[in-house]
Amino acid sequence: MLVTRGFKGKRRGGDADRLRLPPGQFLTPEFPVLTAGPTQHTKLNNWSLVLQHGGSILGKWSWEQFEALPQTEITSDIHCVTKWSKFDTRWRGVTIDDLLRAAGLDAAPTDFLLAHCDGGYTTNLLVADLIEARAMIATHFDDLPLLPSHGGPARLLVPHLYFCKSAKWVRRLAFRDADSPGFWESQGYHLRGDPWREQRYEGDQ
Amino acid sequence: MIDLTTASAQWRVATVAAIRNETATVKTITFDVPGWPGHLGGQHVDLRLTAEDGYVAQRSYSIASGAGSGPLVELTVDAVPDGEVSGFLHEELRVGDQIEIRGPIGGYFAWSAAHDYGLLLIAGGSGIVPLMSMLRSRDAAGATQPARLLYSSRSIDQIIYRSELDRLAEQTAQFTLTHTLTRNAPSGWTGERGRIDRVMLTRWQFTPAGDPDVYVCGPTAFVETIAEHLVGMGHRASNVRTERFGPTGAIRT
Repeated sequence: MLVTRGFKGKRRGGDADRLRLPPGQFLTPEFPVLTAGPTQHTKLNNWSLVLQHGGSILGKWSWEQFEALPQTEITSDIHCVTKWSKFDTRWRGVTIDDLLRAAGLDAAPTDFLLAHCDGGYTTNLLVADLIEARAMIATHFDDLPLLPSHGGPARLLVPHLYFCKSAKWVRRLAFRDADSPGFWESQGYHLRGDPWREQRYEGDQ
Repeated sequence: MIDLTTASAQWRVATVAAIRNETATVKTITFDVPGWPGHLGGQHVDLRLTAEDGYVAQRSYSIASGAGSGPLVELTVDAVPDGEVSGFLHEELRVGDQIEIRGPIGGYFAWSAAHDYGLLLIAGGSGIVPLMSMLRSRDAAGATQPARLLYSSRSIDQIIYRSELDRLAEQTAQFTLTHTLTRNAPSGWTGERGRIDRVMLTRWQFTPAGDPDVYVCGPTAFVETIAEHLVGMGHRASNVRTERFGPTGAIRT
């Protein structure tokens, strides 16, 4: 440990808050927007969500069909790889478990998945990180439809991983036989991104 | 090419080699980083500060210096009001102090001489920093394609790197510099006034002709607005690369 001469820190929030912060994170009341390019604006009548494995379509939903799927609320802390964290964010959407059920699947066909988004963004995920109510396709934040700048109409929500895994404007979940890096993961970011292990970059254990 | 796999994850101990004022609220800090693997213009680093009782704060900062393989890395830091780390860097840090650093990080909002296409840069406030790193990299590499910078500041005394930008614009026929001031412009000001809009972008030829690479950096609302204008003007969204920081500097505190 290298002590930084003269650094005391502001230590915002109480001890309880600090215990909720993964290593290297700081708490913000704001909801910063980080996107590699322009915000995507997808019209709902052009929107669909596809579940895919290789060349087969396992499920496809229009916006209307998707909205009719069982709705779940998740309240969770979120942690961005750029180091801000936000507590108690409230989301509504369709869990990946319910999505698999709606596609008539008892289980995911493989252990890996690549999420594809409007604008070309991709991110890779372990299926184990998505099932058992750990993740959803979120359409609402704080009871309001998700704004385009925050990934609306629909984004992935995988709150226990760094937030770049919660891909904005998600349109297609493609099951894969092996893990392969998505957009940021190809740029030196960690393949899994567990904030509690501080897996920010490739090479972090 | 930099091998991010091995380079970016490792924490290194940097020594402060120099500190200089850019404006009343902006400083540039030069770090000597033994073993620094080099970087591309536009990449960033993480700093880790540790208090005596073990309390740790980390933040990301854009690299200001141009691409190179030497051990010196410059960061330009805006003093965010009540900022935990920027406040320390501005008020406490002295030449000779040591601080932990890792990087370079991020290969997307970055310029490489291997991709010397036409370049359009749009900066708001301290959003100039990674773009300056690109311009310095470009200058050092002898890039031949045209580059344009449209740089929005509140007032003339808040322009960062003003004399160096002027010098680059005078020396390099391929580089066109335009300032706009959104609050106060001094008498005799010949640059633009007011916020960047589609008319201003068109007037300074920030058009899709030639399929240029576009980089936009500044506060979130600034970047959102300009990225929408650019897409509306016909730029391919995939050519428009953005970096946003929060309205009150949440990302760079």
